[in-house]
Amino acid sequence: MLLIYCPNCLEYREEEEFSYGGEAHIARPLNPETLSDAQWADYLFFRTNPRGIHHEMWYHATGCRRYFNATRNTVTYEILETYQVGTQPQITGTEA
Amino acid sequence: MRQLNRLLAAGRTDQNKVLNFTFNGKDYQGVAGDTLASALLANGIDVVGRSFKYARPRGIFGHGPEEPNAIMQIGSGASTIPNLKATQVELYEGLEAASVNGWPSVNFDIMGLIGAFGRLMPPGFYYKTFMYPKKLWMTYEHFIRKAAGLGSSPVESDPDSYEKLNQHCDVLVVGAGPAGLVAAREAARTGARVIIADEQSEFGGSLLASTQLIDGLSATQWVADITKELGAFSNVQRLPRSTVFGYYDHNFLAILERRTDHLGISAPSGPRQCMHRVRAAQVVLATGAFERPLVFAHNDIPGVMLASSVSTYVNRYGVAPGNRLVLAVTNDNAYQTAIDWYHTGRTVVAVVDSRTAPNGVLVEQVRALGIQILEGHGLIEAVGSKRVRKALVAPINEAGSEVTGSVQSLVCDLIASSGGWSAAIHLSSHTGAKPVWDASVVSFRPGESKQQERSAGACKGTFGVLDGLIEGANAGAEAAKLAGFGEGQVQFPTPLIDQIIEQPQQALFLVPHSKTTSRAPSQFVDFQLDVSAAGIELAVLEGFESVEHVKRYTALGFGTDQGKLGNINGMAILAKALGQGIAETGTTIFRPSYTPTTFGAIAGRDINHLFDPERYTAMHRWHVDSGAEFENVGQWKRPWYFPQVNETMQQAVDREGLAVRNSVGILDATTLGKIDIQGPDAAEFITRMYTNSYLKLAPGKCRYGVMLKEDGMIFDDGVCACLSENHYLMFTTTGGAAGVLSWLELWQQTEWPELQVYFTSVTDHWATATVTGPNARKVIAKVCQDIDLASESFGFMDWREGTVSGVAARVFRISFTGELSYEVNVPAHYGRYIWEQLIEAGAEFNITPYGTETMHVLRAEKGFIIVGQDTDGSMTPADMNMDWVVGKNKAFSFIGKRSLERSDSVRENRKQLVGLKTLDPSAVLPEGAQVVNDPNQPIPMSMQGHVTSSYYSASLGHSIALAVIKGGLSRMGDTIHCPAADGSSIAAEIVSSVFYDPTGARQND
Ligand SMILES: [Zn+2]
Repeated sequence: MLLIYCPNCLEYREEEEFSYGGEAHIARPLNPETLSDAQWADYLFFRTNPRGIHHEMWYHATGCRRYFNATRNTVTYEILETYQVGTQPQITGTEA
Repeated sequence: MRQLNRLLAAGRTDQNKVLNFTFNGKDYQGVAGDTLASALLANGIDVVGRSFKYARPRGIFGHGPEEPNAIMQIGSGASTIPNLKATQVELYEGLEAASVNGWPSVNFDIMGLIGAFGRLMPPGFYYKTFMYPKKLWMTYEHFIRKAAGLGSSPVESDPDSYEKLNQHCDVLVVGAGPAGLVAAREAARTGARVIIADEQSEFGGSLLASTQLIDGLSATQWVADITKELGAFSNVQRLPRSTVFGYYDHNFLAILERRTDHLGISAPSGPRQCMHRVRAAQVVLATGAFERPLVFAHNDIPGVMLASSVSTYVNRYGVAPGNRLVLAVTNDNAYQTAIDWYHTGRTVVAVVDSRTAPNGVLVEQVRALGIQILEGHGLIEAVGSKRVRKALVAPINEAGSEVTGSVQSLVCDLIASSGGWSAAIHLSSHTGAKPVWDASVVSFRPGESKQQERSAGACKGTFGVLDGLIEGANAGAEAAKLAGFGEGQVQFPTPLIDQIIEQPQQALFLVPHSKTTSRAPSQFVDFQLDVSAAGIELAVLEGFESVEHVKRYTALGFGTDQGKLGNINGMAILAKALGQGIAETGTTIFRPSYTPTTFGAIAGRDINHLFDPERYTAMHRWHVDSGAEFENVGQWKRPWYFPQVNETMQQAVDREGLAVRNSVGILDATTLGKIDIQGPDAAEFITRMYTNSYLKLAPGKCRYGVMLKEDGMIFDDGVCACLSENHYLMFTTTGGAAGVLSWLELWQQTEWPELQVYFTSVTDHWATATVTGPNARKVIAKVCQDIDLASESFGFMDWREGTVSGVAARVFRISFTGELSYEVNVPAHYGRYIWEQLIEAGAEFNITPYGTETMHVLRAEKGFIIVGQDTDGSMTPADMNMDWVVGKNKAFSFIGKRSLERSDSVRENRKQLVGLKTLDPSAVLPEGAQVVNDPNQPIPMSMQGHVTSSYYSASLGHSIALAVIKGGLSRMGDTIHCPAADGSSIAAEIVSSVFYDPTGARQND
């Protein structure tokens, strides 16, 4: 069970309070109608699923009800940082 | 004295305190401090179970969680527990134990029949034999389960209570053997909060059976002193009888504390067990090691044991499980067992050492006692049936791969073996650390740490006690420092203990036989599942190379001991058969739980009415008093129907539905989700979320909308009302309320933070009573004078603020029945009052309360969908014949819009919502029934869709159904069929999904 630092509440809380929100930093296309089916499908369905560093959304559902981003190692499950929506991660790359 | 194997030296037991117990229905006596296993051995019980596959008689082999054979059902009735290891069950007065394996008895059983055919049951036996014909599997399984026995679960409710405890600590020490005890002491003196847990009844681990002196004291006295010392620290929590069974992410560990299991089958008071959920800053693993048995022919006959187990029974429990011992070893360490046995006054027949010219300290001590040592020999076979009678030994070559001389026979009744030690790397393995094979200690060692943990002592492959003490102290100091306490320096002096210099051990796992492995008598690797060395070799011959595949094919390690005894031997034999080393063959992965954990402890107090919250509306008590039957909708309890005396459900639903159609009914609609939405961008935001537009929705108006996921599939539906400028109330489905709120927050927070809009769940703030039917207006008129109810001024899809029976209310003219309807919303605390006022006002019209079942029938008559029943996450609005709800010209590309144009969303032959009218008007189709064109076609039939909703409609006088059928909207008038499993079939005509009042005249009234 993960221990997650909510960048909004400024506290470590148990994973039970959160729910997972999928890969972060996927912007919705501004003009969906101009995209081909393949381009739209890429936005809609395809995710990176890396082994190692992954930027993902979490939702503090039973806390502040804010979405935020986390950088997590998908191998060790270590959470390397959490940061506000709309900001960029400090830790990037693919390998842990 | 009946306890013929009880020694005068009592060890850690109290021989003055006799305890009575039963085993397989017979009475026996043990003493305080015994485990069930030591008591059975004291009584000379040889056979304690039968093996799973061959039904071979089996005896007690080990003394801890590695025990493969003595698997017991403890107690009876509601408190009984299956599959406990006798080696881990503390004896108490009146204990009842029974073998789980061995029906009708362990000494003579029907599985002997199968045992006789053992040769016919190779590895992969289950796959090969039972997969075909499939039909017979049930028969086989029934027979085998009954005969082999897997224990039985209690069928009554557990009378005991269980507790869960959330804990935080700085240093968690797992294991209270020598390394763990000093680790805890070093951490404790820094002021760190320390928890030290050990699965045994008392702290000490291997020292409880040791004859060594520490600091000039007996090992057990030293343990008692340091345990007391730890108790004096207020920052230390000591947990004996507590198994750390899982090591999870971010240093979260779970401990099962058995508080009263040693006192009786049921707790005399308080909780029986407690699960500690511990978040530890740092962890010290000091979990010790398991001795590896040697694999030789018929090594499973009762009377064959682990060397360290023999020593433990002698030294700790004062029990000598036999008379004449033959000890087979590959190392110096196990010679201690010969010394221990010698001092019981019983006979050591010989030590059989696979090495040539051993001359370590312990070896010389044994030699000095005049005990025969057969050097360069292997114990190749045990002889006996229900007890060992002889050991066959022979010279073997230096590599330990073949017998090189003549076989001699040693008369004995006890064989102890040691092939060295395997570090207990289980918890380290739980963290994802990949174990590393270390040939120098002939054991896996913990891999590189993935979490804030370190191993110390035997579980790290450091098998000497002195080295373990040094390592443990360092680990404790280091863990404390990393948790923010102390300088990381060891403070206490290293305990004084003789270091016993050992000569190198031999890495020998399978002792060669004079016959080849495939022809020799079975050499067992995994006792529980009868996996033999020959079976592993056969798996290799059949082409298996991966250790994971071989384990599954042979079932190696799949018993309740989870391979603690046999996994390493199995891997070594596999490696040899593949002609490679153990390191190349792979590693062994352990997963939680370390030992089986009771469901009671996992559930704790979260049972019965505390299992899941129940939500009640303000009118709930009225429904209960009125005899309603209830349905669970999410966590809500909703009235399902209101049966009158002697009424069946169908009769009640018919009556309720007719009342609504002909006069007036009333429904508790409180549970519908309600989200208050405010802000200058509220209309824009709502319009992006729904398929239709809300930009021009005026105050006082409502609109029905459908919400899609971005893939274009229907996710929720409901009405949204404009309360005032920049203020809206969104209704959601009862089950979808929480999900919709999260969905709105997701888009606002992550995609459009520039939109100023705020959401508040107000589901619980309002109580809602729906008054519906042709007389609804007359009822409302009696209780509400300040709203003009005339259709021209308060029309369908309008809402008004007013006063109902003196209470400020919002009244919505929305309808889920197709009749003239008023949904009266009042603050929740007025819910029951308003409900009763409406019932009273409607009395003259025989106002009829109805439940969710009638609500479903009425809406189905109108063809109104229920999201999640008529849709399943793969349905677009067009599939539901609801294209009208999609605003094609909205400026903003609303959520899901682009997906409606995907090639798959516009393809021909999508399943579409239609009505079905059975040819036999009284036949009601089963919901979920598959739709086919020709019921006489061969199976598998070509399926055209399925029935999503189906009821008998009293007001129409025939059954009705909704279904999704491929291309259904262009198949009106076709006859389809719904075949049932019993071969029958119901024919139905495809019709419009709107069965009742297709023009909507009644709801618009
Ligand atoms: Zn938060």
